[in-house]
Amino acid sequence: MPEIVLARYGEPARIEKREAVVIADLESIGAIPTTTEIVVPLALWLDGATQGALKGRKVVVLLKSSDDPLRLAGQLAAVAAVAIEFPVFSDGRGYSIAALLRERLRYGGQIRAVGDVLRDQAFYMQRCGFDAFVPRPDRSIDEFIKGFGDFRETYQASAVLEPLFRRREEALLALAGRA
Amino acid sequence: MYLYDEIDRAIVSDRVAQFKDQLARFLKGDLSEDEFRPLRLQNGLYLQRHAPMLRVAIPYGMLRANQLRKLAEIARRFDRGYAHFTTRQNIQFNWPKLEDCGDILAELAKVEMHAIQTSGNCIRNTTTDHFAGVAADEVADPRPTCELIRQWSTFHPEFAYLPRKFKIAVNGALNDRAAVLAHDIGVLLTRNEQGEPCYSIYAGGGLGRTPVIGHLIRERLPRAELLNYLSAILRVYNRFGRRDNLYKARIKILVRDLTPDVFARHVEDEWSHLAGGPGSVPDAEFARLASFFEDPPYAECANEESLLARQAATSKPFSNWLKRNVTAHRVRGYAAVTLSLKKTGSPPGDASADQLDAIAALSEAFSFGEARVSHEQNLILADVRQDALFALFEALRPLGLATPNIGLVTDIVCCPGGDFCALANAKSIPVAEAIQRRIDERIDAIDFMHDIGDIDVNISGCINACGHHHIGHIGILGVDKNGEEWYQVTIGGSQGNAASIGKIIGPSFARAQMPDVIERLLQVYVRERHGDERFIDTVHRVGIEPFKNHVYKEPEHA
Repeated sequence: MPEIVLARYGEPARIEKREAVVIADLESIGAIPTTTEIVVPLALWLDGATQGALKGRKVVVLLKSSDDPLRLAGQLAAVAAVAIEFPVFSDGRGYSIAALLRERLRYGGQIRAVGDVLRDQAFYMQRCGFDAFVPRPDRSIDEFIKGFGDFRETYQASAVLEPLFRRREEALLALAGRA
Repeated sequence: MYLYDEIDRAIVSDRVAQFKDQLARFLKGDLSEDEFRPLRLQNGLYLQRHAPMLRVAIPYGMLRANQLRKLAEIARRFDRGYAHFTTRQNIQFNWPKLEDCGDILAELAKVEMHAIQTSGNCIRNTTTDHFAGVAADEVADPRPTCELIRQWSTFHPEFAYLPRKFKIAVNGALNDRAAVLAHDIGVLLTRNEQGEPCYSIYAGGGLGRTPVIGHLIRERLPRAELLNYLSAILRVYNRFGRRDNLYKARIKILVRDLTPDVFARHVEDEWSHLAGGPGSVPDAEFARLASFFEDPPYAECANEESLLARQAATSKPFSNWLKRNVTAHRVRGYAAVTLSLKKTGSPPGDASADQLDAIAALSEAFSFGEARVSHEQNLILADVRQDALFALFEALRPLGLATPNIGLVTDIVCCPGGDFCALANAKSIPVAEAIQRRIDERIDAIDFMHDIGDIDVNISGCINACGHHHIGHIGILGVDKNGEEWYQVTIGGSQGNAASIGKIIGPSFARAQMPDVIERLLQVYVRERHGDERFIDTVHRVGIEPFKNHVYKEPEHA
């Protein structure tokens, strides 16, 4: 069963197993066990009948990096997670998508990174609001988790933390305490 | 100058550890070439023609004596005893070993230096006026703003994988000395009607394959909103900039395709959601940053016009140097001195380890232990007492750092070109040298150069335009024609407040023709100029035709 890393910024990461099926239409949903997540592309989720048909199911809305996350305004109450796909790790649009979900839409649920998800981008993803990760299957999941610890401090405002200039004194104390 | 606290130190030292680990994983085969490339580039590490190249940031051009000494030490220990100052206030080491790069970064971290985001598709080193804080025409010191941007842009989580590289320049004086109109974002410090500091924001400028002058998209931006506004621009670019074609991926293409007005509307909309939020910068933070750039302990001293006139009268070399390499200072009795890295025979922007050490010592003796690098690839001692200028001149001469050519035809801005750079189509350093030698051959070389006066000659070895050839009064671009090196010439480009892109004068030239071409361009200028008119003003007045006709005229044309 595929593994997923759950890791909110500043909290320890944990690994869970979870089954998910990506659907292209509503035809096959009856055959999917209720414990399995149903991954729904954005266009299908916004299509009239979908949300009613998937009522009570574990729905993960899937955004491609070219999708507009603002179309999900008011459409997120019934979802278990939003997944953002990185077609290749160097396509940085997913970071802005996650930041918009958190900052603009005030979405507090799970944001999951899927696709070309690698250790050296983990820290940035987490700071943009991602709190769930499906690392590329050919890579060690324990290695991936190490990426969250790359930096002890950060400068700028982000989806998870105020900018350093609003919390410098406490940050200095915390850093001294950690040393 | 900005001093690190424990947080800055922790961030840079964590970066060293991160990069050492990435390098080790790459060498072990755990990271593929494609995965490692953006990581190493965001740490300034290129794999070049002969060896790796490591580009080290000099944030907004400021250097302390201990940093100069560290750069000298690295040049000796890990390189071949020299380094190259770039056109974006960075310094490059051309011959480090890949496996030494982690140790070099660790050495740099000891003096609060790093190679963070000096390359890659991310926000690069922020650049500014090399006379910041001392210029007589300054509206406000740009350096606190630069440091604010440095911190905001360092490891920004949302903007580390942009469609393409992203360069920001800041200027705080009436005259633009930071080429802000040739940057992805140009930030101009101004004051509003109430006299409060604010910013004008230009976007979509840039050189490279498609040179564009930046568009003014926002005036009177309250200073508290700078980072929110920059975030809005970057977010629009990150989401909508093209990623399908490397050559159309810069923000200038997005601004052009949307039109500057529509682009600005997108940005304003995005900003409206960020304004007043956590990214707004409190006055206290500006005050904290400004405290690092307060005046050094200047002495109460007088202007020394008559002393300098007497010294100049006894020494023609000093007189020439005074004219070209010494700049007025806003504080009475002081001057800013430019150390020329454009001596004939030495690649433009190169400095040896011995020179770097000597400059460190001179900065301590003459200029409060600080130096700057200009985007024109020269070094500046910004706070020199006028009564010490002669002594400084005498000290610089044996070091080869007193060439009296700042802003003159031999002060050539030049990328490393085909001698070093894997991207280059043609060599650039030998072209610069051939032009310098042609001028030097003249019996009246110095007087001739001074008579020609202000002129920017810029050479790039490829279309990436690191030598900023588009904004050179004379721009030279190396091109490849069937495996041969040729050079395309533009005239009429300029940097500064009225920045313009040069026009191509005609078919390209062989390298050996280039000194003749320059000589002929200067001949037309001397023939056509009115009074004190500069070369660029003559070009703008008479157009390129007279220059073109003379340069391509047979039979003299080789």
